[in-house]
Order: sequence, then structure tokens, then C-alpha cells
Amino acid sequence: MLTRIVTSALFAGFAAGLIAAALQLVFVQPLLLHAEHYESGRLVHFGAQKASDAHVDTGGIDWHRDGLSFLFTTLIYTGYAFLLVSAMAAASMRGISVRAKTGLVWGLAGFLAVHFAPAVGLPPELPGAAAADVGVRQIWWFATAAATAVGLGLLAFGHGWMPWMAGAILIAAPHVIGAPHPLNLTGPAPPELAAGFATRALGVGLVAWALLGLFSAWFWEREARHAENLPQTA
Amino acid sequence: MTINARTETRTASGLIAIAVCAFIGLAMITIAGHVQATSLHDAAHDTRHAAGFPCH
Repeated sequence: MLTRIVTSALFAGFAAGLIAAALQLVFVQPLLLHAEHYESGRLVHFGAQKASDAHVDTGGIDWHRDGLSFLFTTLIYTGYAFLLVSAMAAASMRGISVRAKTGLVWGLAGFLAVHFAPAVGLPPELPGAAAADVGVRQIWWFATAAATAVGLGLLAFGHGWMPWMAGAILIAAPHVIGAPHPLNLTGPAPPELAAGFATRALGVGLVAWALLGLFSAWFWEREARHAENLPQTA
Repeated sequence: MTINARTETRTASGLIAIAVCAFIGLAMITIAGHVQATSLHDAAHDTRHAAGFPCH
């Protein structure tokens, strides 16, 4: 079981992470670099005499900076893969079949838990955006992701009204309680950039998680066949 | 070893494997995505913003 989870998670996470990093570099990074011009004060939007130019030179590829982004994105998606494949293993132990095709649904559920639900309270932030204390936001982020994941699990695998109600309450609770927000809004970048950044970050997350679900389930199924063909040693 | 005992052993080792792997996943996401140590934060900065993590 351990080998099967580790093998599936490493391959699936690394592959989905590489694709996520490439998509982020093409679609998200230009907006982030553009916003850094406002964060540093090189460009001014609010209160400026002259309207901001919508097109600025954000430079080409920065091998050091973008290389680190590739490294950390693959690390994060490999971490996600370990959690996702662990959940698939737990489902398999309960007799729930995990096939490559149903992996897509697992991936979409993962996207809802760690991207969409947290983004409802804390949208992906442009550099320089005003925000509440980072520690409090991290607590809300982890609690929301965990509550949404458990809630979706109860909706998918629970039998009867009690688990379904508990699942719905868990998914709604973080938003009823509310995310921590700053006292003042002081973000220097134009709202157009912030909207584009949040949407694109979520879009990349959606594609990457759909692929992560497919890859994880495909490797999980493949490793099962592999294990069946091996002679039993215990 | 009886069949029941063997099944129980397999279930227990399966649960331990799941717990260990879930912990590894959580640790990777926490270290790469959330720990505020300056060098880690700077190296993972763009990824953290794009992943929707609270960054600063």
C-alpha cells in the first residue's frame, strides 16, 4: 500500500505540477510582474495625473526566479498528490472503486477544496494587495480547505440525510464565519489587474487539479494491476 | 496466521500507510506554501501568489 501510494503520488504530482508551473508562467506571471510595478511605486494608478498604460514591459523569462517557481509548484502539487492518493487509498479500502475516468471528479473536488472555497473568502492576491494578518489568514485557509474536503467526502460517500447535512454545514461554515479581512483597503494596483489575476490563478488551478485527479487515479489503477501480477511475498 | 488475522494486519498496515502519506503531503504543502521563513518565502513567492495561498 505504501509503495503504491508513494509511486502514484510522485508521478502524478510531478506531472501535474510541471503543467501547472508552465500555465502559471504564461497566464499568471505577467499580471503578477505588472502589479509589482505598482507595488514598488514605479507605476501609479490611484491619484495619478495620467491614466496608467495597460501594457507594460514585464521583462522576459527570469531563469532564477521562474526556475524556483517551477520547483515550488511541482513540490506543492506533489504534496497535493500525496493527500489525494491517500484519500483514494482510503476509499479503495472501503470498497469504493477508483478508476482513471473517475479521477477527474476527484480532481475537481480537490480544486473546490483548496482553490475555489478558500478563494471565496480570500481571493488570490496580487502583490501589494491589502490583507489581514498572514497567520490568521493561513488558519482560515487551512480550516476552509479541510472543512470543504471533509464536507465533499461526506456528500459523495455518506449514506442518508445526516452525513449529507453535516457535509453541507461543513462546506458552508467557513463562509458563514467569514474570512479575515483588512481594516483598510490600500492596494495600489488597478482592480482590472486584480480581477484578471484571481480568475487566471483559479483557471490554472482548475486545469492542474483536473489533470492531477486523472493522473493520480490512472497511476493508482496501474499500480494495482502491477501489484496483482507480482507474486505475494507475505 | 488465520485469514482474519491476516486481513486485520493488512488493514492496519494500509491505514498506517495512508496516515504517513497524508502527513507527507500536508508537510510538503505547509513547508513549500505557508512557512514564513524569509528564504522560503522569497523562493516560493510567485508560486504562493498563483496558488492562492496567503503570502505576506
